[in-house]
Amino acid sequence: MISGNRWLSKSAVNVVLLIAAVYTLFPLIWLVSAATKDAGNLLGGDVFSLQGFDLAHNLSELTAYQDGIYFRWYGNSLLYAGAGALGCSLVSVAAGYAFDKYRFRGKEKLFALVLLGVLLPSTALSLPLYLLAVETGTVNTYWAVLIPALVNPFGVYLSRIFSAGYIPDEVLEAARIDGAGELRTFWSVGLRMVMPGFVTVFLFQFTAIWNNFFLPLVMLSDKDLYPLSLGLYNWHSNANADPSFYPMVVTGSLLAVTPLIIAFVTLQRHWKAGLTAGSVK
Amino acid sequence: MSTLGRGRAPRRSTALSSRTRTRLAAGTLLTPFFVLFTVAMIVPVGYALWLSLFTEKQSGLGFDGPRTVFDGLGNYATALGDQAFRDGFWVLLGYCALYLPLMIGGAIVLALLLDTALARARRFFQLALFLPHAIPGLIAALIWIYLYTPQLSPVVAAMEAGGIGFDFFSSEGTLPSIVNIALWQWLGYNVVIFYAALQAVDRSLLEAATVDGAGNWRIAFSVKLPLIRSSLVMVLLFTVIGSLQLFTEPLILSRGSGSAVTSTWTPNMYAYSAAFERNDYGLAAAASVLIALAAAALSFVVTRFTNRRKEARP
Repeated sequence: MISGNRWLSKSAVNVVLLIAAVYTLFPLIWLVSAATKDAGNLLGGDVFSLQGFDLAHNLSELTAYQDGIYFRWYGNSLLYAGAGALGCSLVSVAAGYAFDKYRFRGKEKLFALVLLGVLLPSTALSLPLYLLAVETGTVNTYWAVLIPALVNPFGVYLSRIFSAGYIPDEVLEAARIDGAGELRTFWSVGLRMVMPGFVTVFLFQFTAIWNNFFLPLVMLSDKDLYPLSLGLYNWHSNANADPSFYPMVVTGSLLAVTPLIIAFVTLQRHWKAGLTAGSVK
Repeated sequence: MSTLGRGRAPRRSTALSSRTRTRLAAGTLLTPFFVLFTVAMIVPVGYALWLSLFTEKQSGLGFDGPRTVFDGLGNYATALGDQAFRDGFWVLLGYCALYLPLMIGGAIVLALLLDTALARARRFFQLALFLPHAIPGLIAALIWIYLYTPQLSPVVAAMEAGGIGFDFFSSEGTLPSIVNIALWQWLGYNVVIFYAALQAVDRSLLEAATVDGAGNWRIAFSVKLPLIRSSLVMVLLFTVIGSLQLFTEPLILSRGSGSAVTSTWTPNMYAYSAAFERNDYGLAAAASVLIALAAAALSFVVTRFTNRRKEARP
């Protein structure tokens, strides 16, 4: 009786989890199979059959459209997310290290300001950034998207936690006694020890920039500067009038999410470190 | 310390005192962030505040084009007096009423299930649930909108075959459609946060509860949940702030033909349309400031009501 009960609850637990997993995976499976179908099967809603397999055609359409503008968008996304995340994590880790390892007047007040920045909704900030860019004439340039990407107060918050966790004060003291200057100690000892945290902040910011839609939407009007999200949105808007855009949106979406999914699967440890550092104490 | 025995000069003698040196170092390390923080956060917010106080008026005969004049809180009065802007907050309220219980409740239940000894293949489930978070919000919205579209979707076809007719784009269908997209993206993210917090719970407490005769349900709700309270508050806070920013999903829905979503459906869409459809920057700035204020007020309420200890410190 007891073992029967246990078997029942064990099945119930795993069935519920399985249903949740089907819910989260189904749209992705749909995306993969839809991207391999020709327009006829896609528009017929018949994406799970083996008929009409035409990934090569979809890819060549994607490449050919407007001289491969899709790959230009891809490059732009890599530039915004890569350069933005690299700069952001350097700046954040330096600030987080300073907040953790040094004592100076007004430190906690300054840190409270950073925390206030965490709570400022990013979309509520995007329009003010746009209005400022109009005033300074930087609207519709790479800088308009790149400079805001360098700032993430949450990165500083995380870095302070990581600095406290990864860099023992004794090591820094030893470096000082050996005569290393403060900045040199940060660069060659601190930064190296906090590297796992650095990677976490980098990954977080990379995804945040890659996923950002509102800021490029308000800032950019030149199609050559678009990141992927904005380009795909543009194509989707055309698809209402011209359904031949649907296969391009779907195939383009699949290519756009592939590197992120690979990064998520291979770098799980870092994601979890970042997620949990903020919540578990 | 271990370095005491070494026969080296204990510290490099410099003209600078060690206090000055650390101050200099701290300043150097903090400067890049705070310069960028100022340029990309403080100045735009300040500029939006400033801009929100001005409005464009046609000059007398309209010969000189519009002039920018100081208008005090006029833009705020315009925004708050506008039915469309106020309605946006009602839409958000309806959205939160549906979204928050589903999200928080769902994530807690799944995390508690993962945390039981009965769950199998935990790594797989965590990854599967978390994966949608890797999908950019815009692409997630596009995928789901295609799954809602009758000609494209195997789901709609299957539902119709089963005798269920549901129009995801109708005025009743819009809110559930959008809630589902957000739920899909964030559910696993929050499950992972809760699960990690549950894993950090001291196992001896759970054993003590078992010895005292508490069942699985009792342990889950009376022991585990109170212990992950700080995670709950954080997730609630970020979910509420995120909800307030609702924009991408309804924007795409609003562009569909025959959609029930107007171009000012949420407060963010209102601000966007003020800037780009009406070219009224003063109004757009005022609307943005009001949204940020609403977020600040909500954060305050959430943290106050949950009566948390002092602000998180590492």
